[in-house]
Amino acid sequence: MTHSRLDTRLGLTITLAVTAFLIGPVLLSVTAGLTKNYFVGLSSGLTLDWVVQVWDLYADTIWRSYGVALATLVITAVIGVPAAWVLTLFPGRLSRLLEELLTLPVAVPGLATALALIVSWGSVGWLRSSVLFIVIGHVLFTLPFMVRAVRAGMQGADLVVLDEAAATLGASRRRRFFDIIVPAARSGIVTGALTVVTLSIGEFNLTWLLHTPLTKTLPVGLADSYASMRLEVASAYTLVFLLMLLPLMVGLQSFAARTTRSGSISLGAST
Amino acid sequence: MTLASPIQALSITLANCAKTWPDGTRALEPLDLGVRAGETLALLGPSGCGKTTLLRMICGLEETDAGGSIRFGNDDVTRVAPEARGVGVVFQGYALFPNMNVAQNVGYGLKIRGVDVETRRKRVMEMLELVELEALAERRVDRLSGGQRQRVALARAIAIEPRVLLLDEPLTALDARLRQQLRVDLAALLRKLGITCVIVTHDQEEAMMLGDRVAVMSAGRLEQIGQPETLYREPASPFVADFIGTLCRLQGSVVSAHHGVESLSFRPYEIRLGPPGNGLEANIVARFYLGSHIRFELVLDDGQPFTALAEPDAPWQPGERVAINLTQSRTAKEPAPC
Repeated sequence: MTHSRLDTRLGLTITLAVTAFLIGPVLLSVTAGLTKNYFVGLSSGLTLDWVVQVWDLYADTIWRSYGVALATLVITAVIGVPAAWVLTLFPGRLSRLLEELLTLPVAVPGLATALALIVSWGSVGWLRSSVLFIVIGHVLFTLPFMVRAVRAGMQGADLVVLDEAAATLGASRRRRFFDIIVPAARSGIVTGALTVVTLSIGEFNLTWLLHTPLTKTLPVGLADSYASMRLEVASAYTLVFLLMLLPLMVGLQSFAARTTRSGSISLGAST
Repeated sequence: MTLASPIQALSITLANCAKTWPDGTRALEPLDLGVRAGETLALLGPSGCGKTTLLRMICGLEETDAGGSIRFGNDDVTRVAPEARGVGVVFQGYALFPNMNVAQNVGYGLKIRGVDVETRRKRVMEMLELVELEALAERRVDRLSGGQRQRVALARAIAIEPRVLLLDEPLTALDARLRQQLRVDLAALLRKLGITCVIVTHDQEEAMMLGDRVAVMSAGRLEQIGQPETLYREPASPFVADFIGTLCRLQGSVVSAHHGVESLSFRPYEIRLGPPGNGLEANIVARFYLGSHIRFELVLDDGQPFTALAEPDAPWQPGERVAINLTQSRTAKEPAPC
């Protein structure tokens, strides 16, 4: 018994140490954003001025980031879920190859993907200057994560048999997909969605090359403020970033936990 | 529309149906098979013999090789997609939809057919009454026991008033005791429904209890088709004889010295054990007490093994020598290939 208590304490200590190591710098940064003068220290007093300044200067980047993440999510879901189903339905060399191909943008540095996009589409003026260009980049980068997560969910649930059962009951392929496959794969879809939103909101590599002064997203604005503003403003930006991101993440996480736990809540299929 | 009245039953006719996988493996040799209207046919065979492939061909989930044809009554369904075939299928793992409750599962096929809510509700309750699950209509399917799932799957399959009913190992996923009970229930239900039914199983007792006729399959071929009694008494091939119950075979000089024939085949219960010194003798290797009888494993002096069943009070023990007498044997009727 003492053994296991010792183990627990040791585990807890290590976990706390790692957490402190990870969160410490973020907390310091947040403190900096609330301090009147970081170089003088906390004794200079606390203020919300920097936060207000950030909001005035960069509010648009925050909303844009949300918009881009949402659009990316919708597109990756619309493409990714059927793609994952097709790959599950027809396993074989071709689908393995397709999946590898799909994963390529993850392995290739974001800058290279962005460059490729600019080379191919950069001359299309309206696209180059629109937020859509950034959304395309984000979709390329996040789609593999969506497909992988949904596929993992589909493989676990033996969906091919459920699909066959629905077919013998008279349901068309499309009907089966929406009635049976999507609800049964939803924990994978939620996991995928969570990953896509997180990745999209924090994406910098691709976006940094793809953005124009009018299409800055939150992380690009953050870099901008680090480069050109006082340290306190940049730090206040981090605080705003966290305040915007955390509720969303917590919300999505708890939704994901709920769907996974309750296995079979009925989704729309009523008798 | 009540199920107490028999469904209009259709025959199933398979002609020249074969199945070759894309890699060239033959799952089914070309075969002809007829299931009479209202009959329950059991497809029996070891795993990998092609019985499930055959069932999947009947429900349209696998296509037959070119040249094969499948008809329901006079209707050629060879190229008809499963969703348009009007078959009720109970899958091996039941394949209940996890996102729907019991009633929604049973009603799904009716919903697809555009049956209005009220009729659907009535029909679902009727089906649930038939399988005695009306109290669980609102229950989530992952909260059901194995036997209840099996009955939901059955209710779901027959709710759409299928032209034929196909059951793939419907009782395999259940434990032995429950399987015994459900076998009896299922046999009664199938009789009540009067629907043409094909049931796949690897369990010979199940096949014999449920099937009006049994088709024994082996390595993609149909070995024999007939009533359970015919298969048991007059097996058309050694495979059938072995698969339907245990068949012991003895041959050689020891046998011919005592019986004047080259070989003997018999069922384990067709042999009597007695004190040695009276005819052909054998040594007892093992003794298994099974309640209603004792199973002895024996060997002849030349090493040929065989099995005998004896009354539960049989006194012999392993290592002892006994005389064997056959009450019935197929000396002349050594099963020949058909």
